[in-house]
Amino acid sequence: MVDPLTVTIWVLVITVLLSAVYAIETKDLLSSVVISGVVGLFASIVFLLLHAPDVAITQASIGAGLVLAIFVYALKNTTRWEK
Amino acid sequence: MRRAVSALLALLIFAYLFGVLLKAPIPGDYRDERYNYYSPLSGREANESVPDHYVERGEEETGSQNIVTSIVVLYRGFDTLGEVTVLFTAATGVAFLLSTQRSKGEKEKKKEPNFMASTGVGLVLPFILLVGAYIFVHGHLTPGGGFPGGAVIATGFVLMLVAYPRFQLREKKVSVVEAFSGLAFAVIGLISLIMGLTFLENYLPKGVAGTLLSAGIIPLIYIAIGFKVGSELSAIVSHMKGGEE
Repeated sequence: MVDPLTVTIWVLVITVLLSAVYAIETKDLLSSVVISGVVGLFASIVFLLLHAPDVAITQASIGAGLVLAIFVYALKNTTRWEK
Repeated sequence: MRRAVSALLALLIFAYLFGVLLKAPIPGDYRDERYNYYSPLSGREANESVPDHYVERGEEETGSQNIVTSIVVLYRGFDTLGEVTVLFTAATGVAFLLSTQRSKGEKEKKKEPNFMASTGVGLVLPFILLVGAYIFVHGHLTPGGGFPGGAVIATGFVLMLVAYPRFQLREKKVSVVEAFSGLAFAVIGLISLIMGLTFLENYLPKGVAGTLLSAGIIPLIYIAIGFKVGSELSAIVSHMKGGEE
């Protein structure tokens, strides 16, 4: 009755939404950056399940890898905690 | 107050976009308005709309097994040149803004590399580079292409920067690679102009779809894009880290 693929996609999408809200709301910028990497990774799994593997490769390497590194390097030059 | 307003605005935009999505045509709905023809390739009725043309005729016209690639590189090749230019502009902007800031982390240079990180990265890095090269060389056969392949290669260099504090990207050499691969893309397009075709039209033999040496100029363009994207993204991260000493 319930398609397991649809359930998986919904769980992933809800995780992405909750992680995005947490990344905005938390005062710890480092954990915010890490959580935004989680957003990118789970979004890439959603793309893979929706049969877009090329988008998934790009999203996994850029959204979960490069953006994370760039934000961490930017964070090194500022403070970790948001005022 | 400000938060409430922005949250409301975001919700409104979300509702609007969701409404547009609900009204979007479901694939198959638009068919009856168009002229139908019998496609000898798939042995069924197809119609003359542009998406159907790509799906039905793409492999026959370009020799590329991957339809997405045939659209990105040949049918919409000029757009891809623009995309590469956008990325190039972004990389140039980052380099311009951050290259004056020399790395001040003297103590960071002397920091010993983490044993676990350096060993792990040393083991994994060759495979990451191999996968990246595979993705852009096989862009016309398997999902992926120049942009994903270049991004994977850039991820490998980011791992190097993270694991080995003494590792530095040779920015001069990287920019030489970037410049020549961008030039190669443009020159491949200009050759087809010289041969009397339109810009970025295929002029090499198409070969048998599904083999490595097929699809004419698509593999060449994707190799150029892979090198260009990989070097640009690596250079961006390297500049963000503080640049070459």
